[in-house]
Amino acid sequence: MESIGIVNYWIVIALMMIALYIVISANNLIKKIIGLNIFQSSVFILYISIGKVGGGTAPILLKEPAVYSNPLPHVLILTAIVVGVATTALGLALIVRIRSAFGTIDDQDVQQDIERN
Amino acid sequence: MLSLHLSALQVVIPLLAAPLCAIIRIPGVTWLIALAVGIASSINSIAILLHINRFGEIVYSLGGWAAPFGIEYRIDSANALILLIISFIYLLGIIYAPASIKTEVPEKSQGWLYTAWILCFTGLSGITISGDVFNVFVFLEVSSLSTYILISFGQDKRCLTAAFRYLVMGTIAATFYLVGIGFLYSLTGTLNMADLAQRLPDLISQNTVAVAFGFVIVGLAIKMALFPFHAWLPNAYAYAPNAVTAFLAGTATKAAVYVFIRLTFEVFPEDYFSGFTSSHHIILAVGIFSAVITSAIAIFQDDLKRLFAWSSIGQIGYIAVGVGLASTAGVAASFLHLFNHSIMKTAIFMAIGGLFFVTGSTTTAALKNAGRRMPWTMAAILIGGLSLIGVPFTTGFISKWYLVSASLEQNFWWLAGLILLGSLVTAAYVWKIVEIAYFRKDPNVKVVRQEAPLSLLIPTWILVVANIYFGVDARFSGSMATQAANTILGVSP
Repeated sequence: MESIGIVNYWIVIALMMIALYIVISANNLIKKIIGLNIFQSSVFILYISIGKVGGGTAPILLKEPAVYSNPLPHVLILTAIVVGVATTALGLALIVRIRSAFGTIDDQDVQQDIERN
Repeated sequence: MLSLHLSALQVVIPLLAAPLCAIIRIPGVTWLIALAVGIASSINSIAILLHINRFGEIVYSLGGWAAPFGIEYRIDSANALILLIISFIYLLGIIYAPASIKTEVPEKSQGWLYTAWILCFTGLSGITISGDVFNVFVFLEVSSLSTYILISFGQDKRCLTAAFRYLVMGTIAATFYLVGIGFLYSLTGTLNMADLAQRLPDLISQNTVAVAFGFVIVGLAIKMALFPFHAWLPNAYAYAPNAVTAFLAGTATKAAVYVFIRLTFEVFPEDYFSGFTSSHHIILAVGIFSAVITSAIAIFQDDLKRLFAWSSIGQIGYIAVGVGLASTAGVAASFLHLFNHSIMKTAIFMAIGGLFFVTGSTTTAALKNAGRRMPWTMAAILIGGLSLIGVPFTTGFISKWYLVSASLEQNFWWLAGLILLGSLVTAAYVWKIVEIAYFRKDPNVKVVRQEAPLSLLIPTWILVVANIYFGVDARFSGSMATQAANTILGVSP
């Protein structure tokens, strides 16, 4: 049972490492943004796992005492999701402008273009 | 009763002004709104400072929800000082902006620029006054996202890649910070700084606290551009519009430094890696290494903005040295240098903006004959440079003095030596500029006096005069910094 209880955290670690690898190794700027998204999602899962109590329900209008999950981390992560969406939107907007300025969205090509001038 | 809401107003005013600017978008009107925000916030930050000096710290519960459940703004003499710096640099930056931006940013996007600028100021104020670690994360992202936008307004297309790189690194930093406070929450069940400070010492044996500390500190170190995490800074400063660079140099890293100091000393209990070495010693080593090495890199830069960007990373290193000393004197030196560095660096970048206005370039080659062509602009860069070295009668001397005496207090003679070595390296790049501007004469060119317009010179010189004033009479800045250090370290004066 115990190993199943912490399986969420192993998933968090795996996703986080995969995402960091994508951000560092990808040359395509869109893929970098995808990496960032996965990276943020791994943290969302971390927070959601912290708040979840096995068999617990949502603490909304409970008539009798019952086991419920901690809603606070879930609410916090809603804020973080909003921040993540804003970051993605801004990143994609920057990529659009990079594409129109350099004619490419490949990091290496952009660097070459900068060095040539 | 208004005094009770002072702290909330500091964030609410700019937060309401930003969408207003986004709707209006007429450059002149948005500038007036930004200016009004600057004046209101500056007055507000002085009022907060006076209030704190008389009645002690301000604790404000947002929406009337008491502390452990609601979000709390907690202002004591440490963040009141930072708030004062940020508000005044913002105000001067806005006064400086229109003439400088007119030449660099197309008119139709100027309204958006002011919107992003006000939002950035909202974020920085929020970071400074919030007493809740998650709230700090939100404001960190508000300020960072608007900073990426501000950088992308630059003229050179390389500003786009600079902004993108900063976006990637900044997001990783913020997410690291988020992981760290997630661990803290799972351990203690609270996000309030004062609450955390009470509960963490009992949990010091838990590895989770050390991991959380690591994540939070690395996240903040990226935001404040401490040495191994500085890669985003030189390009971001070099390609942003000049007025924006001047504002960012004085404020953006400073707010992150403040949170770094607050969390290392107040929230996290003293020592973690006690089996190995103290975490403070790591910060100290990184700081002094960075102060010397990045100043040396600055010598080889051909672009003035990039040169002073590298110098900024070095100065952050000095601030980290003060933090690493972990004594009242050391932290006081850090706060003092925070204050002094934002004055001198903003003045330098404003003067560089003036140079760009006249010559259309910020390369060192543009400096030729500048000493005679625009004596006032050049003198501002020169005095800023002397202050970076730490020449007497400038603020830089006072901060170096505090820093060296703090290191001698712990018998770190080698550290005092390295700090002086750092000054020597700084002197090398300042000399490089002086030599080109004043001594490389071109006899064939007839020099015509051509100064930057007064609307650029006046804000620059306000800061230059402040630089000299606080270099001669350090009573205000010195006592504020010592008081801030006492508060943070919990020492009663």
